[in-house]
Amino acid sequence: MKVELDINRQKHTVEVEPRLSLLDCLRDKLLLIGAHAGCEHGVCGACTVLVDGAAIRSCLMFAVQADGVAITTIEGLSPGPGELSPLQDAFCETHGMQCGYCTPAMILAAHALLSKNASPTREEIVDAISGNICRCTGYAQIVEAIALAAERMRGQNDPVRP
Amino acid sequence: MKPAAFEYSRPADIDEVCALLAADDGARVIAGGQTLVPLMAMRLARPSRLIDIARIPGLAFVREEGNEVVVGATTRQHVVESDPVVRAKLPLLAKVMPFVGHTATRARGTVGGSLVNGDPAAEIVLVAVTLGAALIWRDGGTNHSIAASDFFLGPMVTALPLTACLAEARFPVWPEPRVGVGFHEVSARQSDFAFVSAAAQIALDADGRCTRAAIGIGAATAVPLRLDAVAQALQGQRYDETKVRESAKAALADIEPMADLHASAEYRKRVAATMAVRAIADAYQDAARRA
Repeated sequence: MKVELDINRQKHTVEVEPRLSLLDCLRDKLLLIGAHAGCEHGVCGACTVLVDGAAIRSCLMFAVQADGVAITTIEGLSPGPGELSPLQDAFCETHGMQCGYCTPAMILAAHALLSKNASPTREEIVDAISGNICRCTGYAQIVEAIALAAERMRGQNDPVRP
Repeated sequence: MKPAAFEYSRPADIDEVCALLAADDGARVIAGGQTLVPLMAMRLARPSRLIDIARIPGLAFVREEGNEVVVGATTRQHVVESDPVVRAKLPLLAKVMPFVGHTATRARGTVGGSLVNGDPAAEIVLVAVTLGAALIWRDGGTNHSIAASDFFLGPMVTALPLTACLAEARFPVWPEPRVGVGFHEVSARQSDFAFVSAAAQIALDADGRCTRAAIGIGAATAVPLRLDAVAQALQGQRYDETKVRESAKAALADIEPMADLHASAEYRKRVAATMAVRAIADAYQDAARRA
C-alpha cells in the first residue's frame, strides 16, 4: 500500500506492507534511525515518536495508519544543523544518558510533557517518562535534565528586563 | 516480534465495518491497537484483516445527553483524561484515567477498545461496571444496548457478537450535589496491570450521611464485581472504617479470585477488602469537600 507520511514537516510517500510498523518504516524505509527498536511490543518505550505532538509508541502503530498526522522524530527536534534543542542540551549537561538507547525516546516524551506543561513538578516528570525504560542511569539525571530544560525554556520566554 | 501479514481496510462507516466482519471470520477491528498490536507482535493474535475504525466520523466524542455522559467508541483515552465534561460529570472516570496504561499508550488507546477488550484489570471496564454504564453496539444495521454487567463474561470475553462493532458507552451521571469518588489499585509498577483495584462513588446528604453508593472491585475476579451489599450497608451511614471493612470482607467472602505467579487468590481477596475500604474512605472525603 502507498502511504503519505508527514515526518518532521516533510512529506514522504512510501510503499509499505500493512504489517510494517511505523517504527520499521521510519528506520528501514526512511533511514530515520533515531527511533530505536527495543521490545517491539509496547513495553520499553524506546521507539517513542510524536504524533500530532503527543508521545506514542511507533512499534504499536502501523505505517498505514499514519497518513494525515504530523510525525516528529528525534531528527526533527534540533533547531538547525549542528544545533541541539534545549532538552537535548540539558541531557548532555546533566549526563542524562549513558548508552543512549533510551535517549531519543526520553527526550521526545519530555518534549511532549513540556509542550503542555511548562513547569512540571518532579512527580509529573517521573509520570511522563514512566513508560520509558532506561537500564543505565537510574533515571535521576534524566529527571534532572528535564527539570533543567523546563527551567531554561521558561526563561527563554521571559521578557528581557533592562 | 513482527506481526503476521494481514489485509488492511479503512471503511467509511460503522455498517461497513459490520459487513467486513461478517465477510471474514479472521477480521478484527483496530482503533488504537494498544492491546491488539502487542498480541499480533507476539503472534498470539493473527487477524487476516484489520478494520481500522479510528477515522470513522462521529465515533470520537464526549457529550452530555440528559442524565448521561456518552463517550464515543474511538475517543482516545488521553482526550477523556482531560475532558472538562468528564471531569465535572463523571469524576470516577476522570479519576481512573491516569492509571490506564502510560501517557504514550493513552495517546493512541481508545475507550471503546478497552471496553471490548474486556480485561478484568482494565480501569475503564471497572468504572463501566461500577456505575452501571450501558454499551451500545451496531450490528446488522441496528443499534443494540446492553448493561455493562451483562457485557463482560470473562477475562477478555464479552457479549459482543462477532459481526458487531461498539459505537458508544453511556455512563450515568449522578445528580446529587455532593458526589465523591475514590480509586485504589495495587500493581507491581506504576501503570502495570493491577492485581486488585477498587472504585467507589458515594453521594452524601448535608449531614455527611451516604444517600447512594456504587462500589466495584476489578482485577481480582474474571470480571469486575459490583459490591452492592456494601453499597447498601453504607446507606444512611457516616464513614466508619470498622463497619466498612466488615461489610467489604463479608461481601468478598465467597468470591473466586484469580491466581497467578504475581498474586495468589488469597492475597487478592485480602487486598480487595483493603482497596475497597480505601476507595470508600476517599469517596466520603471527596464528597464531604463539596458544599
